[in-house]
Amino acid sequence: MNINSNGYTYIFAIAMVVIVASLLSIAATSLKPFQDKNVELEKKSDILYSIGIEGEDSELLFDEYIIDQLVIQDGEIVSSDIKAFDIDMAAAVKELNNIRKVPLFKAFKEGNTFYVIPMRGKGLWGPIWGYISLKGDGNTILGASFDHEKETPGLGAEISTSIFQDQFPNKVLFSESRDGIEVRKGDASGYQQVDGISGGTITSVGVQSMLEDCLVPYKEFLLKLSVNENQISMDSIISIVL
Amino acid sequence: MEKNKSKEALFSKKNRGLLKDPLNINNPITVQVLGICSALAITVKLKPAIVMSLSVIVVMALANVITSLMRNMIPNRIRIIVQLVVVATLVILVDQVLKAFVYDVSKQLSVFVGLIITNCIIMGRIEAFSLGNPPWKSFLDGVGNGVSYGLILIVVSFFRELLGNGTLYDYPVVEKLGLYELGYHNNGMMLLPPMALIVVALIIWWQRSKTPSLIEKD
Repeated sequence: MNINSNGYTYIFAIAMVVIVASLLSIAATSLKPFQDKNVELEKKSDILYSIGIEGEDSELLFDEYIIDQLVIQDGEIVSSDIKAFDIDMAAAVKELNNIRKVPLFKAFKEGNTFYVIPMRGKGLWGPIWGYISLKGDGNTILGASFDHEKETPGLGAEISTSIFQDQFPNKVLFSESRDGIEVRKGDASGYQQVDGISGGTITSVGVQSMLEDCLVPYKEFLLKLSVNENQISMDSIISIVL
Repeated sequence: MEKNKSKEALFSKKNRGLLKDPLNINNPITVQVLGICSALAITVKLKPAIVMSLSVIVVMALANVITSLMRNMIPNRIRIIVQLVVVATLVILVDQVLKAFVYDVSKQLSVFVGLIITNCIIMGRIEAFSLGNPPWKSFLDGVGNGVSYGLILIVVSFFRELLGNGTLYDYPVVEKLGLYELGYHNNGMMLLPPMALIVVALIIWWQRSKTPSLIEKD
């Protein structure tokens, strides 16, 4: 058979595509469970990282430190068919921020309670996401971790480095002037400011608007925590005085 | 002639040459100057460089063998497409396997795994060698070129990680030697892509001064 005839070329091309396509789909389906497991483990270690815990076995550590997983909608704890951990943030942030159901992770570490909030927003080239952990007052930041899909290496991608993330601890989320954190250029000494990434302005602004957008559902819930916390400290002061 | 060919030993002098030549006088990076882009991008640390090298060796050896087996069946007019499909399929398989079993490395390599497809060494060797040679020879050629590519990658990343980050395979060598206390500082510039180019250039310089056959006569 003439291997350079049109007929043969078509047959060859079709056969090749069919073989390759089936080979790839078999590989993709059989490896899927392993890949999903990896994504789940990464999510757990990200949540743990934001409260300052790093370790080999994030599965075990997660069960140890995360004591509760709540579903929040517009400042209230609601019941949900889906477990908090399984909520797909990518889908959730597409809904209006006052009706979306979002997860909140309650952690207990060294005698203190912390709250971890997942976030998801837009960078320059694709999605960015992260976790922000708050101290018991629901306002002061304990730690933050960010990650991205395809921001520019060396520029926007720097949001996932500790240089950027280490600015967040001890900043506050809510004040009378604004909700969230301002990612700005230059001086960032204020309680609600961090220094953005030079050359990564759009990603930096993305982080800021992600915070603003994702905090809305939690705001009422967190402010209540803050009131309780003050109440408790006032009570203890009064009791000491008395 | 036919008889002679069938008697040729698995590692005859010619076949050994296929493995050895790319290591020195026909090195894909320093002599053929192929695959430079990935040599710059993933040589910041040893670990991704080693994984990348292994992936390239596997992809190149398999791609060479497969195209060599099909070389008498491939219609001439679509041969580049066929080569691309073979390489792309292998690369996707490698990517999926990395994602399933070494997730953190796969995240680090991210787009570069996909870019193995565009690594000029692979397409170059298929087009130049395996389309005209039997499978065993193509396999040797693929492994030879893959190993030589990997060797340069590992040498470059060795220097970049050691001088730029003070670690080797994430092990803090400089810290253990106590050099920081003597006032030593890491050279952060080694981590930037241009320095990879300079390290590659130094390797080329060294190689040429050692190998007279590579020096052009003018």
